[in-house]
Amino acid sequence: MGNSRELIAKRAADELEPHSFVNLGIGIPTLVANYIDDKLYTLHTENGLLGVTSVEEDAIDPLIVNAGKLPVGEALGASYFSSADSFAMIRGGHIDVAILGALQIDSKGRIANWAIPGKDIIGVGGAMDLLEGAKKIIITTNHVANDGRPKLVDECTFPITSERVAETIITDLAVFKWQGEHYELVELMGDSTIEDVQANTTAFYTICNELLQEGKV
Amino acid sequence: MHLDIQLSIDEALKHVKSDQTLMVGGFGLVGSPLSIIEHLTKHDVSGLTVISNNVGEAGEGLGILLRQGKLKKAIGSYFTSNRDVAKYYNEGKLELELLPQGTLSEAIRAGGAGIGGFYTKTAVGTNLAKGKETKEINGETYLLQEALKADVAIIKAWKADRLGNLVYYKTARNFNPNMATAAAYVIAEVDEIVDVGELSPDEIATPHLYVDAIVKSELTLTKDGVKNIG
Repeated sequence: MGNSRELIAKRAADELEPHSFVNLGIGIPTLVANYIDDKLYTLHTENGLLGVTSVEEDAIDPLIVNAGKLPVGEALGASYFSSADSFAMIRGGHIDVAILGALQIDSKGRIANWAIPGKDIIGVGGAMDLLEGAKKIIITTNHVANDGRPKLVDECTFPITSERVAETIITDLAVFKWQGEHYELVELMGDSTIEDVQANTTAFYTICNELLQEGKV
Repeated sequence: MHLDIQLSIDEALKHVKSDQTLMVGGFGLVGSPLSIIEHLTKHDVSGLTVISNNVGEAGEGLGILLRQGKLKKAIGSYFTSNRDVAKYYNEGKLELELLPQGTLSEAIRAGGAGIGGFYTKTAVGTNLAKGKETKEINGETYLLQEALKADVAIIKAWKADRLGNLVYYKTARNFNPNMATAAAYVIAEVDEIVDVGELSPDEIATPHLYVDAIVKSELTLTKDGVKNIG
């Protein structure tokens, strides 16, 4: 389990263009920081810091935290700003990539990651702003939910976070890229097979030619 | 001689009255005016509407006022981290208005800048768009969000000079500078009060025309939780 989370995070790091401005969500996305060179990427956190880095236990300052309220460090060249400024950066299209978790992803490329039907809907945080404003969205998630049900579904049954399409999905089984009207399975993770993906996915997707030719079915 | 606006916390809190709307700075407890909130627990006020990202934590910060039954409504973006909020909401003891964090912070900024409202793409097509006016601009759909204002803002800064110019610290800045602009009466809790001229004009993030009272911190957030420094 821990291993698959690390595998997903490492693969997500490979998607990043050098010198990009990146916002990491809570959960698996936070782990991506362990796989990138912080001189090559600038991490943004929506509570008002550009230039997030890790911090050693003995150097923790309780007043430097990320959006998950966890202690972080300030990188060389870091800056602080207000919440309104921080979200102006996000909505204004100044953040290159947001890496986020998801509860569901559907055939239309829409993400649900803020509310569960039947439970109290009392928190949204910056999820909607990030999905709306970041230039590119990478979703990192386990392929199925804890109860084994597919997370890639034909239509989200959980409330959607945005109508915007998430361009890249990275799970413990596969990598999908949005191809204009649908997702395409472009890569298998670890030892997984196309059959594994098919058995655990109810969303519509196509399979790229390279994988079909390799005969990983 | 400059006007000295330093007050005791209790004097400043005479401006908070029942049924008012209060802006309260902070992201969780980080940058939250913990000492002012602590004193507010001893004031006889009720029916407050708070505009704040969270309602503190369970039994901490604004979470204390919630348990005392002083809050009527909370407007914010993330109430999940205080378990009490769902309980009070389900028992009908607390009204909630949930806004995306960027919409919340911009609504506060707009409130302080004389803007009645603004159009944002955030939340279009989601459950949080229900009942909100939409507008097509250059072929894209936007939602109308009205600005937020308050009767009183209680905020946290790092340093103030005696005029009320404010400097913030690290990620304890968050909503505080925006809230400083959007309330009729603004009380800033600070760790350090210096003489006029000691802050560089370049480092001042909140010019003193926004600030009505400065008070000295008695509580601070440490690695081991909230500690008394008064």
